[in-house]
Amino acid sequence: MGRPKIARKSTVVDMTAFVDVGFLLLAFFILTTKFKPPEALTVVTPGSVSSKEAQAEDQCMISIGADGRVFLSLSEDTRRVEVIDDLTKRLGLTLTEAEVNAAGKSEYFATPLSQLKAFVALPLDQRKGESFPGIPIKDTANNELVEWVRSVGNVFLGDKLNLMVKGDQKMQYPAFKGVIDAFKKNDQMKFQIVTNQEAIPGGTPLAERARKETIKD
Amino acid sequence: MDISEGGGGGHKKGPGVKKGKKLSTRVDLTPLVDLAFLLITFFIFTTTLSTPTAMNLFLPKDTDKPEELNKAKESGALTLILGKDRNVYYYEGILATDGANFKQMPFGDMRKVVMDKKSSTPVDDLVMVIKPTAECTFADVVDALDEMAIADLKRYAMVDVSEGELAFIGATQAANAGSAPAPAAQN
Repeated sequence: MGRPKIARKSTVVDMTAFVDVGFLLLAFFILTTKFKPPEALTVVTPGSVSSKEAQAEDQCMISIGADGRVFLSLSEDTRRVEVIDDLTKRLGLTLTEAEVNAAGKSEYFATPLSQLKAFVALPLDQRKGESFPGIPIKDTANNELVEWVRSVGNVFLGDKLNLMVKGDQKMQYPAFKGVIDAFKKNDQMKFQIVTNQEAIPGGTPLAERARKETIKD
Repeated sequence: MDISEGGGGGHKKGPGVKKGKKLSTRVDLTPLVDLAFLLITFFIFTTTLSTPTAMNLFLPKDTDKPEELNKAKESGALTLILGKDRNVYYYEGILATDGANFKQMPFGDMRKVVMDKKSSTPVDDLVMVIKPTAECTFADVVDALDEMAIADLKRYAMVDVSEGELAFIGATQAANAGSAPAPAAQN
């Protein structure tokens, strides 16, 4: 029985380091998380090879749903109030000052101008994005987005404005054309289309250029 | 590590000394780790992983004055008309009155056609015209603009489709439906 006794090792592992790493990661993710703002309209954006990141500040976003409904949202509260104020004064809408100020809390605007008063008065938690008709654009004679874009242009006059269009990939072209027309009529010639990034296909001139640029860097 | 052995370490004390039962100071961290990783997975999944990207687009100004228009050399133009169900109709230069140069292709062939045109035309004359019809989708428009970016083209424009072109599209569709029932069945 000369078997040597193997020392019994404890199966308990010191978890402290593990916990440290775990909480470090946790802290990182908590701090970097930016919750998606509640979207009124579900939009599946098409893909493109563009790698430019969309700007989140000074933003005026026109969302177009798959069914062609158009919602408008502004990133800053103060701008929202100013835009509604401008619309009210220019078009003689019957919004009271309190209603104009309440518009600052509205994440998006999604009704014809005639229903704007009722929309602003509606409590935020009772707003269901799917139930709103959207801003009318289809009819060229009654393209209300023209007025919206004009007010946005007035409010952002002299400041940087990131005009964005976020369209659903299944949306039919006439809706997009209505939005473009509204931009053109207000001389807003520069805008961005929100897309999902896709890989650049190999063997194409763009891939060639991207390769050269990375070498230069 | 000596803490764990602390429970049995106090036997050298003299008699009469009250010996409190030494409890281990070691805490089981497993539930803590569980919780931490649960939260981590939660935050990983709720984080918007891919920040949306954006493509820039500049619109040309509508003008009625012909002298303000940029005149493109006719030979250097390639017109791409985006039709229904990802069909693309295209022609080079000016559309012939009899529609002889009016051709049709699936969307996938666009890259080849664009690249062929690019290699066969001097850079200064080259201009692409994208004409979306009312029946195409937003994805088609973005994909077509993307093809311009992929081909590294600088001069392209988005223009409304004309009546004459719509007539040719109708004629092409009618011809396809009449002469080739087999491809229609495939779709």
